[in-house]
Amino acid sequence: MTTRSDEATTRGDEEMSTDDAKVRRVELAISLVLRVGVTVSVAVIAAGLALMFVHHPEYGHLSGPFSYHRLTSNSAQFPHTFTQLGAYLEAGKGRGVVVVGILLLILTPVLRVAVSVVSYLYERDRAMTLVTLFVLAALVGSFFLGGVLS
Amino acid sequence: MVLRRATRDQGGSPTGAGPGGSSGGSRSGEEHHLSTQTVVGGLSGARGTNKYESTYNRGVTPLGFVLTLVVISALAGVLGSLVGLGGGIVVVPVLTLLYHVDIRLAIGASIVSVIATSSGAAAAYVRDRMANLRTGMFLEIGTTVGAISGAFLTTVLPVRALFVVFSAVLGYSAFATFRKRHAAAALTTSDDRIANALGLHGSYYDQAEGREIPYKVVGTRPGLALMYVAGLVSALLGIGSGALKVPAMDLTMHLPMKVSSATSNFMIGVTAAASAGVYFARGQIDPIIAAPVAIGVLGGSLVGSRLLGRVENATIRWIFVAVLAVICIEMLQRGVTG
Repeated sequence: MTTRSDEATTRGDEEMSTDDAKVRRVELAISLVLRVGVTVSVAVIAAGLALMFVHHPEYGHLSGPFSYHRLTSNSAQFPHTFTQLGAYLEAGKGRGVVVVGILLLILTPVLRVAVSVVSYLYERDRAMTLVTLFVLAALVGSFFLGGVLS
Repeated sequence: MVLRRATRDQGGSPTGAGPGGSSGGSRSGEEHHLSTQTVVGGLSGARGTNKYESTYNRGVTPLGFVLTLVVISALAGVLGSLVGLGGGIVVVPVLTLLYHVDIRLAIGASIVSVIATSSGAAAAYVRDRMANLRTGMFLEIGTTVGAISGAFLTTVLPVRALFVVFSAVLGYSAFATFRKRHAAAALTTSDDRIANALGLHGSYYDQAEGREIPYKVVGTRPGLALMYVAGLVSALLGIGSGALKVPAMDLTMHLPMKVSSATSNFMIGVTAAASAGVYFARGQIDPIIAAPVAIGVLGGSLVGSRLLGRVENATIRWIFVAVLAVICIEMLQRGVTG
């Protein structure tokens, strides 16, 4: 999958002007960030989910008296602050690992914007550097506004 | 409504689970149903409750929940990545109506599904040049600023009225997108100053037509304004903003339908990430719901992103109009019933 399109890219690059080649490099860098981001986060989420089932054998039956509803009701217990998350991870709980994976997934688009700022800066594309820098600032600002980081 | 509450009461009580405590638990449950029966008024009502409970509440274990949710989420991922809306449109109704999960937790899982669809599909769309990267990044100015304004306005604006307004907007978008179905040719010239300065024009290889299709971008200013509204709405109502992004790019900026969908896919992740932190802090992201949703949707989005190139623009338009009509009704219902 990757090799075939990479070959196509190299062939295409020869015909491209230098401007097009620059655009292409940024595209490939961003595609790579997204791919690595989702691969790592889904691996961590899957590992955490597996750990949950290992720690709680009663979850793992295909039929039985234990209903999923107890885990999805409003009184279900799971970490939603960084302090709680730390405690869950220290105890080696699968829920904590899943949450880490989900946070990595949430951070992937942010990282994607950060990488595009650096790429455009590197390609000396001033207008797009400013555009992406503004988006990054707004994105980080929204985390502060939401009270996540403050 | 009464039936559902009775079921949840019993499902939540720990006595119903163990082999020893099961008799006591079910007896108290039966008593509860007797009272429910008198309220509902009819023997059939009570029988329905018991049947419902045994198949739904007792039968599904956490493993069964996770496995079925992965499969449904995969389908949501295919659909979401094809039309550029993310998986939320399928995930929220499935979680609330089929699994009876609280709407708060369903919305938390939906925001995770939007980010997963977006990142999973955009990796392929950007690589295959299906998404217009520069246009997407330019428009993200509008969506992020809109999302921040929305965070300030949540307490001021009436949410239910907004649902009704949004539903009307979506209804109109569906109609306009449907009406444009015959004018499919891409633009060859553009006098849009911003688009020319930033080099937003592009081209993509259309597998269905078997040729490279160059296109020009117009209407950057109204497009940016609509993106602001899209960001605002998604922050206020907690719904994916792709439903507004795709028509804005398709109708106002004249991007080809597939490019609009792919670029929307690329953008929705950033919009969703801007509010995802808040949902995490509020405790709306339950790992046992979000994990299967994220895994399934990611798998589905990989399939969807391979399909988009091969499907005709007109087909994508039809699917999009149909999905938009469904969301329009869903929003109207949420606005009217609260």
